[in-house]
Amino acid sequence: MFDVAIIGAGVIGAMTARELSRYQLKVVILEKENDVAMGTTKANSAIVHAGFDAEPGTLKAKLNVAGSEQMEEICQELGVKYRRNGSLVVAYSEEDMPKVQELYDRGIANGVKELSIVGKDELKALEPSLSDTAVGALYAKTGAIVCPYELNIASVGNAMDNGVGLMLNYEVKAIDAVEDGYVIHGSGEDVKARFVVNAAGVYSDKIAEMVGDHSFTITPRKGEYMLLDHDCVGDITHTIFNVPTKMGKGILVSPTVDNNLLLGPTAVNQEDRDDKNTTPDGLAMVESNAHKVIPNINTRGVITQFAGLRAVGNTGDYILTSPRKGFWNAGGVESPGLSSAPAIAQYLVERMAEEGLALIPDETFNPCRKALHKFSEMTMEEKNEVIKKNPLYGHIVCRCETISEGEIVDAIHMNPPARDVDAVKRRTRAGMGRCQGGFCGPMVTEILAREWKIPMEQVTKFGRESYLNYGKTREVTSHDEG
Amino acid sequence: MTKVDLVVIGGGPAGMGAAVAAYDAGVRDILVLERDVRLGGILEQCIHNGFGLHRFNEQLTGPEYAWRFEKELHARNIAYRLNTMVLDITEDKVVTAMNSEEGVFQIQAGAVILAMGCRERPRGALNTPGARPAGIYTAGTAQRYINIMGYMPGKKVVILGSGDIGLIMARRMTWEGAEVKMVLELMPYSGGLTRNIVQCLQDNNIPLLLSHTIVDIHGKDRVTGVTIAEVDENRRPKMETAQEVECDTILLSVGLLPENELTKKANVPLDRLTNGAYVDQRRMTEIPGIFACGNVLHVHDLVDYVNEEADIAGQGAAQYLKDGAEDTAKITVKPGNGVRYTLPQRISAVEKTTVFFRVTDVHKAVKVNVKNDEGTVLLSRRRPRVAPGEMETVVLTEKILAENVGKTISVELEEV
Repeated sequence: MFDVAIIGAGVIGAMTARELSRYQLKVVILEKENDVAMGTTKANSAIVHAGFDAEPGTLKAKLNVAGSEQMEEICQELGVKYRRNGSLVVAYSEEDMPKVQELYDRGIANGVKELSIVGKDELKALEPSLSDTAVGALYAKTGAIVCPYELNIASVGNAMDNGVGLMLNYEVKAIDAVEDGYVIHGSGEDVKARFVVNAAGVYSDKIAEMVGDHSFTITPRKGEYMLLDHDCVGDITHTIFNVPTKMGKGILVSPTVDNNLLLGPTAVNQEDRDDKNTTPDGLAMVESNAHKVIPNINTRGVITQFAGLRAVGNTGDYILTSPRKGFWNAGGVESPGLSSAPAIAQYLVERMAEEGLALIPDETFNPCRKALHKFSEMTMEEKNEVIKKNPLYGHIVCRCETISEGEIVDAIHMNPPARDVDAVKRRTRAGMGRCQGGFCGPMVTEILAREWKIPMEQVTKFGRESYLNYGKTREVTSHDEG
Repeated sequence: MTKVDLVVIGGGPAGMGAAVAAYDAGVRDILVLERDVRLGGILEQCIHNGFGLHRFNEQLTGPEYAWRFEKELHARNIAYRLNTMVLDITEDKVVTAMNSEEGVFQIQAGAVILAMGCRERPRGALNTPGARPAGIYTAGTAQRYINIMGYMPGKKVVILGSGDIGLIMARRMTWEGAEVKMVLELMPYSGGLTRNIVQCLQDNNIPLLLSHTIVDIHGKDRVTGVTIAEVDENRRPKMETAQEVECDTILLSVGLLPENELTKKANVPLDRLTNGAYVDQRRMTEIPGIFACGNVLHVHDLVDYVNEEADIAGQGAAQYLKDGAEDTAKITVKPGNGVRYTLPQRISAVEKTTVFFRVTDVHKAVKVNVKNDEGTVLLSRRRPRVAPGEMETVVLTEKILAENVGKTISVELEEV
């Protein structure tokens, strides 16, 4: 019997698990994929929003500002890269300037600090490569960037280090309410818990329906992105938004904490909850918008394209509701969901406490996670020290991002363990560079097979049936060996 | 800091060849740094034959060709280190490298030869829309899987791009029991060598669909199929021609990019046309004492040509170490009408120079004209056929160069 079962290991599930791991509680995360951070958290704009977007008084507004204020400290504890690079919401005509003013007023009402409106000259000084057609912008100094899956993985890892359980490839199929809690049926043995947190992203309405809650619906909204190579970043430092529309904050241009340039997203509603295909129209739109914002942008340096699905609820606000005692929804967590995640987690834990979840501090709780060695960022002396201890650190596997075998092996065994090639990529950046795993993919596959003691043909790209090869070209027989 | 006269980065055919050439020109203190477990570079996975026809007048496999140079290296006792990754080069020729035994170490080089080779363009560089399942590989990655690791990367294969590695892999996968359904080429002609189209595709009944591309990729976990379509003259897909093809694997052979990350760290200026360094006729970059040769400089069709260039670079480095190799002339070489790039991009002494160039399109019966910036035709040569996939050359004699010191020389095509 668990105290809390969390459905979904995205950033909301992860942060909630970490928050709960501060207390003497038995907690488990149930995740249907082969790794954590496989849904919306994997593919979004990687922004910690200042908090000027949401309507004052909404949960979105309150939790965004609260979450964003804690983010830097959390990232420090978890060893996650975070950069307060500031955001600009740019107007390209005088007609858009009232909207900028509106955002400014909203930000002030939401309690956002260090907001200002800048004119053309100041804007040009802040972002020299920005289009000459820009007339002014909202400047939010507290806007920041973070790597969402790194934050997600580190949160789960820290929660696991503090005793939380993680069940991967566990798809929840039915939930029975019983006298003292819930019995969850899924792909694996039943899980019994007193409290359930539904953090299932684009599937959160389906999970809610399992306990008879039909109060909300989720519409997946696809966003397509392009990621450019390090040398395309140029002098761009801020996250550059366009003045928003009702479909979202528009297509942005932003550096990432790993010093790439991210372009996107589009915003198209769809029925399918799994279709994350990129489209010709979507990619063309992302590219043409980027050229409007930064006329001399080098989109030839594109490394990859991807799409993510935002879980858009039908209420316009986060759906942090409880249809029955002990069952908590975290539905409709669209943008600024990542920024709000720490505050959403605290909100849910507080609500559960009000319902009788005993929050007795766990004296052994350690908020800090031993970060992976970031080999490429070490000094020569540090590198030599690490190589002396573990010679695998002297062997570079990913040439584009300079990632050593030591980092990969560590990532495979650290919480949460990496079981597939993409999981290694998200933890170490091996395969994240310009050759996209052309050189290191086969080597990472070999390392995974060796470390998990499985045949090569059982190693996957991202779990399920995503196999990378069909076994040996020829089976070696005893005759051949003789 | 350890001092070494000549550090060669990369132990493939270019690096080994350059080291040998430098030794034979008098350099004794040489160190070759190779990141892989053995010398040979990409040749180690090219187990088909056809290498060495020009250089050795023989048909060798890739490993056999590499072994010829490795033997030469051993015969001269040229030092090399394996499993050693170069992390940095400075303008002052300080090379920082690393391996498991020695950790990170730095070398002050007298001269450096860059010979890091090239890599394949991945799917991301193509902006091909669709799903992102397992089973999408560059042709070279598939080649590594089969020839080095001994694993089958796929069973039903569609190949996009008719570069040589794609053609070679069409045959290789067929011979290993896979069904290669087709090779698609965006352009109206193949970028591969004619002999590969005949021997790899035609002999194995694999269709080559020119002016075709992949417009969508299907599959949730592993690739389940692709949508292909014909393209118009502007290379835009004609969606009315779209059709689905079932497959579990997509191989990409859509171009090679010189691997110039280290070159950039040394602040060596690059030519956007070749994606490699600007060099003179000795293959010296704009930074004195840093040379480049092989596929890191520009992508070659044949390894034989790589070694021709490695000889030049090795001799150039030796000359530089001996007497500093000051420039004695300045002639700029530029591509003109119908020519994509020329190499070298500048000539720094009046000495007979072979200019390598690639054309932009397929032409039958053209004249290659070499002109100076006053419009004077210095040289004119007829060619029965030129194609972007086949490198062309013109030789500039001492006489021509002597008369054009300080000028810009361009190589261009003229229809006849």
